[in-house]
Amino acid sequence: MLTFRNYQKVTSLEEAYELNQKKANKIIGGMLWMKMENRNIGTAIDLSGLGLDQIEETDEEFIIGCMATLRDVEFHPGLNQYTNGAIKESVRHIVGVQFRNVATIGGSIFGRFGFSDVLTMFMALDAYVELYKGGVVPIQTFARMERDNDILIRVIVKKTPMHVVYMSERYTKTDFPTIACAIAKTGDTVKAVIGARPYRAICVADETGILKQGITEDTARAFGHYVSEHVRTGSNMRGSREYRSHLIKVIVRRAVLQLGGEQNAD
Amino acid sequence: MQISMILNGKKITAETEPDMMLLEFVRSQGCYSVKRGCETANCGLCTVFLDEKPVLSCSTLAVRADGRKVTTLEGLQEEAEEFGAFIADQGAEQCGFCNPGFMMNAIALFRENPYPSEAEIKEYLAGNLCRCSGYEGQLRGILAFLEYKKEKEQKGE
Repeated sequence: MLTFRNYQKVTSLEEAYELNQKKANKIIGGMLWMKMENRNIGTAIDLSGLGLDQIEETDEEFIIGCMATLRDVEFHPGLNQYTNGAIKESVRHIVGVQFRNVATIGGSIFGRFGFSDVLTMFMALDAYVELYKGGVVPIQTFARMERDNDILIRVIVKKTPMHVVYMSERYTKTDFPTIACAIAKTGDTVKAVIGARPYRAICVADETGILKQGITEDTARAFGHYVSEHVRTGSNMRGSREYRSHLIKVIVRRAVLQLGGEQNAD
Repeated sequence: MQISMILNGKKITAETEPDMMLLEFVRSQGCYSVKRGCETANCGLCTVFLDEKPVLSCSTLAVRADGRKVTTLEGLQEEAEEFGAFIADQGAEQCGFCNPGFMMNAIALFRENPYPSEAEIKEYLAGNLCRCSGYEGQLRGILAFLEYKKEKEQKGE
């Protein structure tokens, strides 16, 4: 059980940053993961009074406040239009509506959880995170960084024209994914992001140009094998290393074929 | 810490600990329909409305409800009775422990989407677990309720 002595709803980011420099203090997002930890913290720092729960859309980008919920993202018309519904697909299996009304984008991404559908999806979108002190950092870089005492303020998605497909494999509805997969095509470059492997999501680009000749059953299968060979997997209660590596072949092939179908429809 | 909220239409002010969850807080205010069925934010039994949105009260700090509107099943008796009769007609539930959370989220669904399809019902209620049934009875109950509601509206009642 999580316990804390103080709760501070901050009135500025500077106040939050200063409080967060103490090891005993922690910033809370939706608290869904944090509350399952067995720990005692000093001050829980709440950013919910800073107006960071909005999703702003401009001609060039989407700017998602760290306190926007997964449900806000799920139903954002602009984000869903831009991703052809992939953003909705990436979050709709996460527990339930009531959970997604509480869980925040900032918490989901800052945690860099291995099981994260959200991190997998935003890596495929080549998003950026805006840190209070660290500035704007590509999410691929952020995903590899160690946790520190900075604050994730916003997630930024540039409107670079791309096609993206999201798929996950779960034992049952609402469970964690056994494997998560997002395929994105920008220009004629395709990349796969694999999450829940069960380590933090990782990106594999089609560097040898397997899909350059077009998307067919054969090239999709070959790319699935390629990605599987380039992703390190591990075992936990949801699956063995071998099983996950096999799943990657199948899910990448399926997602690439879906991506191809989308293109043909254009 | 002192907090104020509109709980089921009534303004209340009460003391809370900084780390108290809304679940414990509303129960301390006599709202015993709100239950904890798991320890992992998965079961949906603790569903309440924060302002108009269904949330897990087991994972929401009571202090975060300060100045806001909180609704539990105790505050929705009329709606709950009308809809609940259809669930009872199907004999959908055995122990009934999951019922309040289920009713709350079903009501949230009807408010957001008055005539949901079967797929939309399943998707919206996926986060409400029931360990006695296989959900078929609840689904039949909801569909029967929607039929009844449609007829009632057509008659202009």
